[in-house]
Amino acid sequence: MTSADLTLVLPEILLSVYAMVMLLVAVYTSKDGMASTLVWMTAGVMIALAAYIGINGEGAQSAFNGMLMIDGFARFAKVTILLSAAAVLVMSEGYMKSRDLLRFEYPLLVALSAVGMMVMVSANDLMALYMGLELQSLALYVVASLRRESVKSTEAGLKYFVLGALSSGLLLYGASLVYGYAGTTLFSGIIQTAQAGEVSLGLLFGLVFLIAGMAFKVSAVPFHMWTPDVYEGSPTPVTAFFATAPKVAAMALFARVLHDAFGNAVSDWSQIVALLSVLSMFLGAVAAIGQTNIKRLMAFSSIAHMGYALMGLAAGTVLGVQAMLIYMAIYVTMNVGTFAFILLMQKDGQPVTEISSLNMYAKREPGKALAMLVLLFSLAGVPPMLGFFGKFYVLRAAYEAGLAWLAIAGVVASVIGAFYYLRIVFFMYFGDDSEDGLDKGGAPILSGLLLASAAIMVLGIVNMFGVETAAATAAATLVN
Amino acid sequence: MDNLLSMVTFIPALAALIIAVFVPSADESYNRNSKILALVATSVTFLVSLFILAQFDASDTGFQFVEEHDWLLGLQYKMGVDGISVLFVMLTTFMMPLVIAASWNVETRVKEYMIAFLLLETLMLGVFMALDLVLFYLFFEAGLIPMFLIIGIWGGANRIYASFKFFLYTFLGSVLMLVAMVGMFADAGTTDIEVLLNHEFAFETFSVLGIQVIGGLQTLLFLAFFASFAVKMPMWPVHTWLPDAHVQAPTAGSVVLAAILLKMGGYGFLRFSLPMFPVGSEVLAPLVLWMSAIAIVYTSLVALVQEDMKKLIAYSSVAHMGFVTMGIFAANQQGLDGAIFQMISHGFISGALFLCVGVIYDRMHTRDIEAYGGLVNRMPAYALIFMLFTMANVGLPGTSGFVGEFLTLMAVFQVNTWVAVVATTGVIFSAAYALWLYRRVVMGDLIKESLRSITDMTPRERWIFAPLVVMTLLLGVYPGLVLDITGPAVANLVSNYDTALAAAEAASQLASN
Repeated sequence: MTSADLTLVLPEILLSVYAMVMLLVAVYTSKDGMASTLVWMTAGVMIALAAYIGINGEGAQSAFNGMLMIDGFARFAKVTILLSAAAVLVMSEGYMKSRDLLRFEYPLLVALSAVGMMVMVSANDLMALYMGLELQSLALYVVASLRRESVKSTEAGLKYFVLGALSSGLLLYGASLVYGYAGTTLFSGIIQTAQAGEVSLGLLFGLVFLIAGMAFKVSAVPFHMWTPDVYEGSPTPVTAFFATAPKVAAMALFARVLHDAFGNAVSDWSQIVALLSVLSMFLGAVAAIGQTNIKRLMAFSSIAHMGYALMGLAAGTVLGVQAMLIYMAIYVTMNVGTFAFILLMQKDGQPVTEISSLNMYAKREPGKALAMLVLLFSLAGVPPMLGFFGKFYVLRAAYEAGLAWLAIAGVVASVIGAFYYLRIVFFMYFGDDSEDGLDKGGAPILSGLLLASAAIMVLGIVNMFGVETAAATAAATLVN
Repeated sequence: MDNLLSMVTFIPALAALIIAVFVPSADESYNRNSKILALVATSVTFLVSLFILAQFDASDTGFQFVEEHDWLLGLQYKMGVDGISVLFVMLTTFMMPLVIAASWNVETRVKEYMIAFLLLETLMLGVFMALDLVLFYLFFEAGLIPMFLIIGIWGGANRIYASFKFFLYTFLGSVLMLVAMVGMFADAGTTDIEVLLNHEFAFETFSVLGIQVIGGLQTLLFLAFFASFAVKMPMWPVHTWLPDAHVQAPTAGSVVLAAILLKMGGYGFLRFSLPMFPVGSEVLAPLVLWMSAIAIVYTSLVALVQEDMKKLIAYSSVAHMGFVTMGIFAANQQGLDGAIFQMISHGFISGALFLCVGVIYDRMHTRDIEAYGGLVNRMPAYALIFMLFTMANVGLPGTSGFVGEFLTLMAVFQVNTWVAVVATTGVIFSAAYALWLYRRVVMGDLIKESLRSITDMTPRERWIFAPLVVMTLLLGVYPGLVLDITGPAVANLVSNYDTALAAAEAASQLASN
């Protein structure tokens, strides 16, 4: 262990040290009294680290004898993760405070799970991968059941924990098979064993189990069952967190394992990923139609979106990874805005999640309704919003990799999916004037995030704020 | 001015932004400001667009006023017009001030209403000017959003069903086109329409899942684009969204839908299907011709039994669009000229007919034909104008409706006599339903108690109809106004099409030897 290695993982070290020190400070001082301050501090630290990672760092370097790989791909994912986690933290504060949910552990658990995610996206070894994944998951299990007195929240935490443990088991089993047949846990070693066209059956078995474990983390069908219940049961800010940063981390990890460890066997995993993708897109689109709770609806929406991101991954090309990264960046931005809107949904000070309560929202809050309209059409992938470009990239990647059938399936699913986004528009704009609707006003920070996210969806079509080139560089470092 | 096209396209959007930001929404007394601003913006757009027409050189068959900027992913922001598209641009800028003026009586959510129509104008203009596949798709699809809101918010009783059907139907058609565009991008390495027009897509027959695809890739691409444009046109049997959308949309929405949005399908065939996939077009042309002939006869018969005035005119639109597709896929000079002429003229006529319905709907709040009768006694001016447009709709010589129908029938006669025979019977049916509608609504004695106090058209309404009357008669007696502009570009398209087919023929001869 040299000092060079430590410099490379400096952001991770800083964030975990910060989390642990603040934990001690909070326990020995005012405990929950300083929770608000901690939320803002944690968000600040995360943004600072994101800026540090974004500005510093050139090329690809490996640390700890190849256990971790800090390259352009990892940096792109880390910046996305940190920024979205910071946005979600900032969103949570007012909501949790008014419901007496704001405990000082919350921001620190989010910070620790962010550390886990950063390790995940840098992992270049099965052990490091597992460490990162578990650190992230354990923190998430706890925040899911943050509202201890609520049965639904506790159920969400428990369900997430049990199914998460199962998926970790699958993943570990796969890792042990891979280790057994490759003789090493390092990705760089595995890729040498898995030479093109001669992947041994045992290695393939291990790969399938690894994919199953990771599919659970990105909530791809058929490993999605936990998602709607956990989304519905968790406090809304926590749901917002689940829908953003962990999805990016899991998707980046997925790409990392498939390309860095099994990059020689694209044809072997491409069809599995394509299957996951098509199932997720269709189930996400069809199952969301009947939902009346907007949080459950967003759960199915995120399942469908993961299907599109997986489409980029299924292509198995540089363009595919670039498309996936762009898709995830856009997806996270849209979701931050959408959840800011969901947090704004209140009636007489109480949060509501029924879609029908949005009745004639456009008349009460024209600005916010318009922002939500933009986000909904963006989620549906209707041009000219940025969401369309995300879909365009993955479609192109899939088509050029010879997966034209997947591209066609994807666009058909997007039409089915458009229906339930339109239903929300229907309530907001076409509803019945006579009934009373939601409260006006709301926290300025939520409105700000909602408007910012909608503005990005519209203005981003000019040049995507440079994300396109960044993603291209990132993808090029991952795929050789 | 080398960014004239962008200026024309984005003036309405800019006005929409100004209304959105500066006109207070809470206070109803500001509604008038939104209306005036929208009217001014659309009028300015029309005036500026006159510069395009003035500087347009019809003898040049290429694209003019071209603007080009790099965009994402190797895409381009590229705009330009040629002899085929310039008149659609003019049609759009011409109709929009009338549409806004016709909406003067709207009282609910006026601000949003004007914003929606202004954004819609920007998007429609973009469709006709875009010279990049994805840019075209962007404008083409984005137009669904304001139209969805227009039908859904300001529509009639059954507006929810109609708006969802409109959106999902057209969206499903378009996404297949998107996949085809991705395929073209992969095949040609560019999305520049100007380049793609000269790119030869593979036409070697291959088999997919055991089915022989004659015309190969071209046929598949053609079918994907066809799915989109046929729904938009709309062609039989995928026309069912149109009557619902028309009936439920507010008057101005119906006018825009009939006059401009439907033309996007026909424009798409002219811009993409025919020149880019000549072999695919030739393979499927007989099918399209017969579909058009069926559309003309079938929808005319359906129109005959309608109880709702708007629905009747909607079905008549489908029949008239049948002439357009027939002319396009006859693929000769008369056919294409006739198709473009028919689209422009139908823009004026059907727009005017929907406005005619709007005039009496504003007074009586019903569109049932049953509820009217003998209007001529109380509304002589209205009866005259309605008469003129009914005759134009029938295709009476001297009105613009005649020229388009005659040219397309003549074109298709050279290609497929039987289709021409069937389609011509449609002309008779169209006379039947249009005149019968006129008889039931306007003629006869005024016996209905509710109509006793109905008033004739106001000066505002008369002024809205005046430009449409002028254009309909002018184009009827002097069709050269349109044909001189489209002629060279169409001739170029036809000769390219024939050359491409001959080359394909030679290539397949060579392969079989």
